[in-house]
Amino acid sequence: MNTIQSIHINHYILLSAVLFCIGVMGVLFRRNAIIIFMSVELMLNAVNLLLVAFSSYWNDPAGQVFVFFVMVVAAAEVAVGLAILVMIYRNTGSTDIDVLNKLKN
Amino acid sequence: MTIYLFYFLSFLAILCGLMVVLEKNPVHSVLYLIITFFAIAGHYILLNAQFLAVVHVIVYAGAIMVLFLFVIMLLNLNKETEPHKTNLVKFAAVISAGLLLVVLVAALRGTESLPSPSTINADMGLVKNLGKVLFNQFLLPFETASLLFLAAMVGAVMLGKRDIK
Repeated sequence: MNTIQSIHINHYILLSAVLFCIGVMGVLFRRNAIIIFMSVELMLNAVNLLLVAFSSYWNDPAGQVFVFFVMVVAAAEVAVGLAILVMIYRNTGSTDIDVLNKLKN
Repeated sequence: MTIYLFYFLSFLAILCGLMVVLEKNPVHSVLYLIITFFAIAGHYILLNAQFLAVVHVIVYAGAIMVLFLFVIMLLNLNKETEPHKTNLVKFAAVISAGLLLVVLVAALRGTESLPSPSTINADMGLVKNLGKVLFNQFLLPFETASLLFLAAMVGAVMLGKRDIK
């Protein structure tokens, strides 16, 4: 399958831009912190997709190794982030980010 | 054939990505995000990145989304307890995301003149080739990633403890 030869790289750039903007919209749109986390994952995946597309385009495996490292960081980020969320839920009784607008009290 | 597959997977990814944001129930959002991740894994296979496709399904659909589902079910979040922003803020969010898309597309407008690649190495995404690159050129970052995971694990356990002395 030589998709990168039959489909222009422009299409992948557009697809990644749309997915990234959906992620940005999710971060701005929702108040539930878990959904915001999921939108951040969506943004990371949009960038990953573009990295793989360009790695295929330039015939360079370094792009795919980079995607591997992005996945590593995303996994660590989710583990710590969800632990913080559970702690926030224990203290405030909700995962609403508008409740967390002050650091004191 | 692959062109139709590309358009189908792109449509699926964008539609389910939108549903993640617009769906009221957090559990349904997680399920839509899993479909999006499978569509992206399909894209990886089309791009000859077989190893990454498998790792993507295992790490994202298998580990991260299960973690999300566990937390949502532990915290007992559902449609009734879901907080919502006012319609004005929602409208502003859609407008700003749309404007960002316009800016991105406009900034990347010259890319349609890029030539198609002449040579293709179909075996590049296999474990054999990626492993060679990962353990020669990127050995230090790989080892640092293990340190990052250790720190993340210690941090998650510390945060999860009920009372820290």
